[in-house]
Amino acid sequence: MNLDDAAGVDGLGQETGPSAAGVDGLGRETGPSENGVRRSEMRTTRSQRLGRLALHAALIGFSVLMVAPFFAMLLVSLVPQQAFLAREFGLDQWTLSNYRETFRIVPFGRFYLNSAIVSVTVTVVQILISSLAAFAFARLRFRGRDAIFVLYLATLMIPFPVTVIPNFLIIKNLGWYDSYRALIVPALFSVFSTFLLRQYYRTLPMDLDEAARMDGASSLRIWAQIVLPLSGPVLAALAIFVFQGVWNDFLWPLVVTSSETMRTIPVGLAAFVGQYSTAWGLLMAGAVIALLPVLVIYIIAQKWFVQGITLSGMGGR
Amino acid sequence: MSLPPAPRRSLFRWRPDQQWEGYLFLLPSLLGFAVFVILAVTMSLGISFTSWGLTGFRAFVGLDNYRALLRDPVFWQAVRNTAFYLVTIVPMQLALGLAMALALNQGLRATGVYRLIYFMPVVTTVVAGAIVFRLLLSNNGLINVWIQHFAQFTGLPVTPPNWLGSTRYARWAVVILTLWKNTGFTMVIYLAALQGVPRELTDAARVDGAGGWQRLRHVTLPMISSTTFFLFVYQAIGAFQLFTEPFVMTRGGPANSSLSVVQYIYLAAFRDIRMDKAAAMAWFLFIFIFAFTLIQNRLQRRWVYYETE
Repeated sequence: MNLDDAAGVDGLGQETGPSAAGVDGLGRETGPSENGVRRSEMRTTRSQRLGRLALHAALIGFSVLMVAPFFAMLLVSLVPQQAFLAREFGLDQWTLSNYRETFRIVPFGRFYLNSAIVSVTVTVVQILISSLAAFAFARLRFRGRDAIFVLYLATLMIPFPVTVIPNFLIIKNLGWYDSYRALIVPALFSVFSTFLLRQYYRTLPMDLDEAARMDGASSLRIWAQIVLPLSGPVLAALAIFVFQGVWNDFLWPLVVTSSETMRTIPVGLAAFVGQYSTAWGLLMAGAVIALLPVLVIYIIAQKWFVQGITLSGMGGR
Repeated sequence: MSLPPAPRRSLFRWRPDQQWEGYLFLLPSLLGFAVFVILAVTMSLGISFTSWGLTGFRAFVGLDNYRALLRDPVFWQAVRNTAFYLVTIVPMQLALGLAMALALNQGLRATGVYRLIYFMPVVTTVVAGAIVFRLLLSNNGLINVWIQHFAQFTGLPVTPPNWLGSTRYARWAVVILTLWKNTGFTMVIYLAALQGVPRELTDAARVDGAGGWQRLRHVTLPMISSTTFFLFVYQAIGAFQLFTEPFVMTRGGPANSSLSVVQYIYLAAFRDIRMDKAAAMAWFLFIFIFAFTLIQNRLQRRWVYYETE
């Protein structure tokens, strides 16, 4: 899977002929002496160029549709309510008052802290637990291994709503309702992560384990010093997938928290909508506050996000 | 699936400790699995056969909860809405995502920038997206302003709908939000699949005189059919479980016209404290998803091409 960068995409997806002709061919003719240009293809250059322009137009159109909501969010968050109602979005109207007001009424800092604590803990511990289990499933032999694994796989089919009610009752009975434990503990166990890592661990040569065992290494050591170091990219991809999923999760934190101080960002934001359904400036400021850090991290680490979600989304294929 | 070979029972390799070591490695995972999956599933099934409310277990009622649901018009409304989400969101998203991926796979410049933009909604919180679309789809929101301009410009008799306030269009509002949010995911997966299609195949088709459309129809699409199948099932399971989008954007209204099944489960369990009814509904959902996946698995043999190595 090559998702490294735009160059990789360009290189593989080239339609025909010289990319150079398309690149500096916006106004100028590229000389026939240029490397890689074959005479037979010169004739199609003009229609190709038109095709490319049309494609760019379509892609820019899509981009506008995708970005418009973000743009609207930002713009509305920057003007006071009267200006918004009068549809005046000029620079002279811009102010940060919506942000100040939003921070005053809603403890977004606390939501951030909660989201960060929950997401980081779940990501790290879930991957650790899943990795240990995946190692056992993929590289150790013990009685009942395959039966347990089949049982794991079978439960992948069960939709989340089936378990949300009993898990809520379990959490309540444990006395964990409205606490970090309620948000974190049930999310630490993931059949999917275990499955994904097990598939990957099976592709590593068994000779490595055998050789290490001959040298007297224990299983724990093989896991820590051979298997883990060899699965860096998969772990990183899975980590981003898990983190993103937990950070944006809505139903579970909605169900097991009640006090404002335990809310994560999505739940806090949704409660805010419930209270101020038409104070658009405040709502948009809240949305921007909720999104900004994630978007900044995404733009910086785009490659990893895309890789993580593609790889995990496709079950490691 | 083949499993790694058993270690030969030679004196040097045989490790009796692997027996308990295996369980030890599995222990943390197995503990959580036993409680939050196995126990939970059993409880859920059990609760669905009982009368269970605020005070917990009241009585064993057999299939009464299921029978009551079959007579519940709101449940059927939620099922119809969810079916609507399924048949709109899944094909539209696949078509849009494929179109974007194909356009991005033509070796244009700035492909990376486009991909960055298309994927942006995927990493955002649905709740934030729902808030913005509530504004964009409000009566005199941006989308209706555009529709008005369009109507004036073309002279067509188009009236902007009251998206969130009408029983007819509230579901479409949810569809629009979901498409915006998830199409980038479909696009990225399709793009990865397209890059795996060998150039020799499309080149050979070109040499044989196949036009762009024919190459797409007879070479590219069959080559990525396993990805289409995966995305189809994946997005369909997502559509079956749609919750946050209608919950935040339309609250299921007006008059339950955009209520999804999972939303109704949530309301039954945590607003009406009817755990029994909610559990029964969750099992109906499971049956729907299971049947759907089974049928798709059967049908895939007819159209999905798997490369055998």
